[in-house]
Amino acid sequence: MINTVSLSLDQAPPISIPFRFFLTAPLFAIGAGLELLILGDEMIATRWSPLTLGLTHLLTLGVLGMVMCGALLQMLPVIAGSPVPRVMLVGTLTHLLLILGTLLLTISFLSGSVVVTLAALTCLGICFGLFVIAAGIALWRLVAPGVTIRGMRLTLVALVVTVILGMAAALGYVGIAPIGHLSLVTNIHLGWGLLGWVGLLLVSVSFQLVPMFQITPEYPSWVKRYLPSSVFIGLFAWLLLKLVPVMAWSDAPAQLAVALVVSGYILFSVTTLRLLSQRKRRVPDVTLLFWRLGMYALVLCALLWIGGALFPPPDAAHYFSMLLGIGLIQGVALSVINGMLYKIVPFLCWFHLQNRQMALMSMTVRVPHMKEFVTDRSAKRQFHLHLSGLVFTLAAAVAPLWFLRPAALLFILSNSLLLLNLAAAVQKYRATFKLLTPPAPGPTAGVGGTG
Amino acid sequence: MSTIATAMTADHRRCDEIFSRAEELVSSGDWTSGEAEFTAFREAMLSHFSMEEERLFPAFEQHLGHAMGPTQVMRMEHMQMRQLFTEMEQAVGIRDDARYLGLSETLMMIMQQHNMKEEQMLYPMMDRTLGQAGGEIAQQIGQT
Repeated sequence: MINTVSLSLDQAPPISIPFRFFLTAPLFAIGAGLELLILGDEMIATRWSPLTLGLTHLLTLGVLGMVMCGALLQMLPVIAGSPVPRVMLVGTLTHLLLILGTLLLTISFLSGSVVVTLAALTCLGICFGLFVIAAGIALWRLVAPGVTIRGMRLTLVALVVTVILGMAAALGYVGIAPIGHLSLVTNIHLGWGLLGWVGLLLVSVSFQLVPMFQITPEYPSWVKRYLPSSVFIGLFAWLLLKLVPVMAWSDAPAQLAVALVVSGYILFSVTTLRLLSQRKRRVPDVTLLFWRLGMYALVLCALLWIGGALFPPPDAAHYFSMLLGIGLIQGVALSVINGMLYKIVPFLCWFHLQNRQMALMSMTVRVPHMKEFVTDRSAKRQFHLHLSGLVFTLAAAVAPLWFLRPAALLFILSNSLLLLNLAAAVQKYRATFKLLTPPAPGPTAGVGGTG
Repeated sequence: MSTIATAMTADHRRCDEIFSRAEELVSSGDWTSGEAEFTAFREAMLSHFSMEEERLFPAFEQHLGHAMGPTQVMRMEHMQMRQLFTEMEQAVGIRDDARYLGLSETLMMIMQQHNMKEEQMLYPMMDRTLGQAGGEIAQQIGQT
């Protein structure tokens, strides 16, 4: 009746799996910043320019997707007690294909080449196919899933929808498949990606992590139970109402479906901010700064959307959708992910080193604590760069001539410092790992760090 | 009725609160109260560990017929936390707040994911397997 074998409390993947994702992400962010710095002028004219699309995907695939995939492979065994099968193989392939696919897609946006587009789609298709199957097995084999697991299942479905719509749009753009209403398909792809895959993962992970690490009260049970499914239903209704021709008789029902999604996120961000203000842990915390910023950005994006729905901006005001996109990607998603990295990376360094220390019983070597891997001062400095970068990018959406280059520069600086902070942690991990290597009985001992 | 899950989860929350108070006091530079609060926290944690290691885990392991698997991992994590308590005690001794706060941040992470695994998986499983006997242990835990 009770399967204790499946209760695997100790199946975290090797540290090299999550770390390769986490350390690649800032590189793509720096790449995106460089692209903005060099080619920025052409980009800002319209959200539909190939450059803007390419830049967006450098951030969504290369940064957000990269960290989210790595974090899920790491977290599933802990949060769900259900490890991802063949995690080394899946992790290695997903990581390589995601890098290759993102680079090819960026080139395809710049060149418009059909061959490159097909190559990019093949890489990304296999990458996400593999990831969804592996994570899906881990998520669906659980018999009594909690709210976080149910939310993660919806997240995975949203990823599938996002990938399929994205591929359809790409095939349409290069003229291979006769996809009608391309801009509509693109919009729905974007909505499912940001509000489905990214947003729902944020929501379901927060239910678990916010009360746990900030010692706040729990999220109200009705929020936990109904919020993720309401958002998902809203997104699904929106997709049907927009894409099934019979239903596209009026725009009002579709707007209503989006309104459901938006109110879900307002509820989420306001609840999270309220819980954070009630936290029992009263020490300064850099991750908390990033999270608060992300939640405020989410509220502002929602208000902006409502404003736009009530008083539609003129068509010429293309900065409206730019502001929303920047707010959601840079303001919400990147903030939260950046903050999370400052908890996960030092913790994993410590955790793996301490496990090793205890296995070897080499108690003379002191394992550094978390704040020795990434110092508060350096993390905080990067937060300020991130925040100023965000303000300048938002300003650049309205007045690109003035703000675009400073925004790109700040974004590059912020992500370089993030990379530096993470690399310093890995460096310290490696150095301590070497100290913890037992006196070699044979020639095989002393293999270096796995980070 | 009191279950293992409710009784032990409540004890986790109690430990969390003492933990936050100790951390806040040290962070504000109040070492006198901070030291007392840290000691109270460590005592609360150690008595929680011994309830598990001396009563709950053996009962559960007896039922399973072996001491491998989940309880072994939990014992291992208790050891990791005990080691952090020792280091924190040293930091309190030399009044090194940066070191204490770095260690308490680390402890927080391991402690919370340890608690999560117990609360969401292990305790409910114990409640199901141990039945009446588990209820009695929980009753006694609630009274202490």
